[in-house]
Amino acid sequence: MKIHEYQAKAILAKYDVPVPRGEVAFTVDEVEIAARKIGGSVVVKAQIHAGGRGKGGGVKVAKDAAEAVEIAKKMLGMKLVTHQTGPEGRIVQRLLVEETLPIERELYLGIVLDRAQGTPVFMASAAGGMEIEEVAAKTPELILKEALEPGYGLAAFQGRNLAFGMGIPAASVNAAVAAMSALSKAYLANDASLAEINPFILTKDGKVYALDAKITLDDNALYRHKDLVELRDLNEEDPLEVEASRFSLNYIKLDGNIACMVNGAGLAMATMDIVKYAGGSPANFLDVGGGANAEQIKNAFRILLSDPGVKAVLINIFGGILRCDVLATGVVNASRELNVQVPVVVRMEGTNVEKGQEILKASGLNFTIANGMKDAAEKVVRAAAGSGRS
Amino acid sequence: MSILVDRNTRVVFQGFTGREASFHAQASIDYGTKVVGGVTPGKGGQTHLDLPVFNTVAEAMKQTGANASVIFVPPPFAADAIMEATEAGLPLVVCITEGIPTADMVRVRTFMQNRSTRLIGPNCPGIISPGKCKIGIMPAHIHKQGNVGVVSRSGTLTYEAVGQLSKLDIGQSTCIGIGGDPIIGTTFVDAIELFNADPDTHAIVMIGEIGGNAEETAAAYIQEHVKKPVVGFIAGQTAPPGRRMGHAGAIISGGAGKAEDKMKAMERAGIAVCASPAEIGETIKNRLSAAR
Repeated sequence: MKIHEYQAKAILAKYDVPVPRGEVAFTVDEVEIAARKIGGSVVVKAQIHAGGRGKGGGVKVAKDAAEAVEIAKKMLGMKLVTHQTGPEGRIVQRLLVEETLPIERELYLGIVLDRAQGTPVFMASAAGGMEIEEVAAKTPELILKEALEPGYGLAAFQGRNLAFGMGIPAASVNAAVAAMSALSKAYLANDASLAEINPFILTKDGKVYALDAKITLDDNALYRHKDLVELRDLNEEDPLEVEASRFSLNYIKLDGNIACMVNGAGLAMATMDIVKYAGGSPANFLDVGGGANAEQIKNAFRILLSDPGVKAVLINIFGGILRCDVLATGVVNASRELNVQVPVVVRMEGTNVEKGQEILKASGLNFTIANGMKDAAEKVVRAAAGSGRS
Repeated sequence: MSILVDRNTRVVFQGFTGREASFHAQASIDYGTKVVGGVTPGKGGQTHLDLPVFNTVAEAMKQTGANASVIFVPPPFAADAIMEATEAGLPLVVCITEGIPTADMVRVRTFMQNRSTRLIGPNCPGIISPGKCKIGIMPAHIHKQGNVGVVSRSGTLTYEAVGQLSKLDIGQSTCIGIGGDPIIGTTFVDAIELFNADPDTHAIVMIGEIGGNAEETAAAYIQEHVKKPVVGFIAGQTAPPGRRMGHAGAIISGGAGKAEDKMKAMERAGIAVCASPAEIGETIKNRLSAAR
């Protein structure tokens, strides 16, 4: 689960990572109050779940509260497009108002899971302010790493290795090490899957601050962090994806016109691949899971079809725990109830496949039954091209 | 022969009396797997599916002579179940549970170091040596006894590959789902090493997906050590970057974990990489006849 910058900073502050003084604001009035309280020049930052906000015009410095108000009037409600939002962008609904600081140097700190080692790894780089992926691609030698001992945070000596390695002046090393150790504690205590401070700044007077912060939480661990669940911002998520998650369906909207309904994540990805291979373009990723029931199938169908770009549907099910007769019943009921107009291609294999096909045929509805994945992909691509729905 | 499981494998079910575990225990028994009992803390002494229930894995092992366990315990308790089975000294533990917090698996991984238990999974369909032993949730009837080893990060996509093989009358020595999570027990390299050493495995199917670099590591291993024909497929060739495609492991971040890079690495290692998932069976068939 992603959270906003101001939420991430609140978590970090709890563990004593120094963050700039600031407040979140939902209205222009709140921006004014916050700016006056902070005093002097402030920075106004759009809060959306995507990076690249500065380039998109989502981060502006104001010399005083009056200018902050003018900026807020433009920024609240605006559509912010960055390289991470896609062309549709995000509507800005929350702003973070913060004090400005005299920046001397911009550094990078981050923690992610090192899958090969099976432990979280702390990364630090003198090349702050840039995307770490870019640094990794161009100058990997600038990224310093220290593995976190399971159950413990970053050890002080590891912090010193990183701090001296980044060329932090001796007078600021202790403060930097304390901030890094605090970041590692925040990461572990909150079951984060990613924690990033970029930039981590050194000020002209030798202090350190998390100028930006990004934390992604492990969805699987949210059950033991009830307070963090409340940080979810549904406005930042695709409404169809939110709807799907209510029925334990794993749905991700894409740009194409062929809706896919598949059981199992690997097979769902492979189905998208073969649709593309056959010359089509998938409208979504949808994994109905291993043990889907007829009700879930119906909801999955409804969610797929509520995407107006869909011109044909491909159902690809390898029945194991999910029996083909259950699937077929769900599909038939959903098609009747939702009065489905687009062509539907069904490929079923596995448990009770004959029963499933009988149910589809007996329904009198116009399903195209496919034999194997290749046949299914070719049939659905043809159906989408010839479909009357525009 | 086969790898890891055969007619001598004696299985206990952890989380035995639950709905899912009961269903799959019965399916395993029907298949001929030697299921010898189960563990549900607090229900020790009871009988379930005509088999004894124990409070602890150690007790179950002592009483039944089990040498493998399969875990159907809910995610908050699954890591603990793996550690219990490891501490008891079971040689093989298969964890089906999906959704275990990553931090828990970091702990499990450390716990298992310097202990001899092999873990398969978590978040996997399990392992089957057709005609001999089935431990997991895969549909038994699509399998066929034979000489192709299958290793995969996915569940249903493995069934797809197995289904294609069986339809072409190509049987399998062992099919193993290693799981879709970022931290797993048995890796591609582990499984491929075992298949390579198994005289009854004549060819290997390896099904990977986007995220991480396990496929690249396996490709390097294959290039150096494996003479048997290997056929590969990578799911997620068309997945958009940064999105989690169902499996927690299936995220492409930065430039790492892309399907294209994995496929190239595999091709360089001499693996026959299928661009389409529908070609896995045919490609193995061609490779096997070319090898003859």
